[in-house]
Amino acid sequence: MTDRTAAWQPSALELDRRLHRRRASRRSVLIALVSTVAFAAIAGWLVVTSPNWEAVRQTFFNVEIAAESFPRILEGLWLNIRVLFFATIVVAIVGTLLAVMRSLRGPVFFPVRALATGYTDLFRGLPVLIVLYLVGFGIPGLNPEVRIPVAVLGTIAISLCYSAYVAEVLRAGMEAVHPSQRVAARSLGLSHAKTLRLVVIPQALRKVVPALMNDFVSMQKDVGLISVLGAVDAIRQAQIVQATTYNFTPYVVAGLLFVALSFPMIRLTDHVSARMATREQTGGTV
Amino acid sequence: MTAAHPSAAHATVLELQGVHKLFGDNHVLRGVDLEIASHEVVVVIGASGSGKSTLMRTINLIERFDDGRILLSGDDITDPAVDVDKVRARIGVVFQHFNLFPHMRVIDNVTLAARKVHGIAPDVARDRAIGLLETFGLGDKVRDYPDRLSGGQQQRVAIVRAIMTDPELLLLDEITSALDPMLVGEVLDLVRDLKNQGSTILMATHEMSFARSVADRIVFMHGGRPLETGTPEQIFDAPREPETREFLARITHR
Ligand SMILES: Nc1ncnc2c1ncn2[C@@H]1O[C@H](COP(=O)(O)OP(=O)(O)OP(=O)(O)O)[C@@H](O)[C@H]1O
Ligand SMILES: [Mg+2]
Repeated sequence: MTDRTAAWQPSALELDRRLHRRRASRRSVLIALVSTVAFAAIAGWLVVTSPNWEAVRQTFFNVEIAAESFPRILEGLWLNIRVLFFATIVVAIVGTLLAVMRSLRGPVFFPVRALATGYTDLFRGLPVLIVLYLVGFGIPGLNPEVRIPVAVLGTIAISLCYSAYVAEVLRAGMEAVHPSQRVAARSLGLSHAKTLRLVVIPQALRKVVPALMNDFVSMQKDVGLISVLGAVDAIRQAQIVQATTYNFTPYVVAGLLFVALSFPMIRLTDHVSARMATREQTGGTV
Repeated sequence: MTAAHPSAAHATVLELQGVHKLFGDNHVLRGVDLEIASHEVVVVIGASGSGKSTLMRTINLIERFDDGRILLSGDDITDPAVDVDKVRARIGVVFQHFNLFPHMRVIDNVTLAARKVHGIAPDVARDRAIGLLETFGLGDKVRDYPDRLSGGQQQRVAIVRAIMTDPELLLLDEITSALDPMLVGEVLDLVRDLKNQGSTILMATHEMSFARSVADRIVFMHGGRPLETGTPEQIFDAPREPETREFLARITHR
């Protein structure tokens, strides 16, 4: 702080403006609070007073069954987390490779480009569930002698799909990097590969971080689909309890656990997007 | 700074022989012959669209060209067998729009080529970069990102990046045209310093007074080739060609 800023005192006009702004913001917070509480009260009242609420409560929100099934569902979730971990690594590598393959110019690379384009088009269109069935039951069918754990097959299927999504996001990011950046890098004598690695991809990543995090959140819940292959994950554990008790509470427990798992990432995505937005508003990016 | 010459026997740093360039039907360069001697500063002038930028990009092998030969210190760099990355590493380029890398700090921008292309040890590159940045009044910007710098500062960083690895030839393409008049001076001072230190420079500019004061030779581009070449006095005070006279009249009577 210099002496000049220390000596400066806001004028009466500015103080008045600040008071006004504070009052306005207090009023909007109050309105938001009241309307939220009112809405929640009405929605809750409608549900609780509906004729079959007691039965529904017993089937979906049974505290005893929730407590009983919680440990094994949590154990199942650990499998989901491991699958997520390995799938993320595979997706990062394969997605980047595909994006780079699609970005190659010139007629020599036509086959590579066509291959990558075909792959992304195919796997972006295929429902994850169908890929899971094809990989989970197709690959073991090829050679019944070799036993591949279903969790591994599930990881492969999820990776196949999400590599395509991520490749597409990365490609869009790479195209958003201004061509003059490539020219500048090549002018310094950097090879095509080094230009991509040191100049284009780092800038592309910055542009698509929110989109990538979004895909990650989406993958976080899609790893729950591996239960269809018989992998004993959180959802499968819930299903096992449900089959013996005829009560759906375990599914609700599993669902809440998935939400809890994704929550940090969702908040982080919001935070990063907001930060990038303010950076752009001040004209801070080139 | 004296440029390192792998083939120092050649006093001629750059030689263009009948270079042609077409964009579709647009015949932009129509047989350009040009020679630049070591330590010489050659300024290219000419109307907008006369091919000044195209000429620069062709020399740097960023633009594919259609005929002719280009020799850099005697080496034919247009030979298909030549490694273009090696050639580009020998030429420093600064463009009109500062093409600094926004995701890297000033120091990383400046040392990138030294580290990743020339294989210079990072701490050696760093010391040299800091020395150069200090020389050109950028000592306090070393750790800043480019978007925190003024246009003139950015352009000076771009020039430091281009001279970091002692290029045999510097190509400067209208490096002041995106700057306001206040900032033009600081960039041009830097170019004058480089001239005094013995750099070999080919530059395109619309700053005629600067061209006059810094150039050893002026090349007037017209109709896709150097129409008139001479010392600044010859070109500005006694142009031979009517086209040169017309161009200078137009540009000075604005
Ligand atoms: N990438 C390109 N594709 C097609 N035509 C181009 C391309 N770049 C330049 N040209 C054409 O080549 C001609 C010369 O352009 P160039 O940029 O070299 O001119 P210049 O002398 O640098 O002009 P200025 O003083 O405005 O920078 C112009 O007619 C332009 O339209
Ligand atoms: Mg130009």
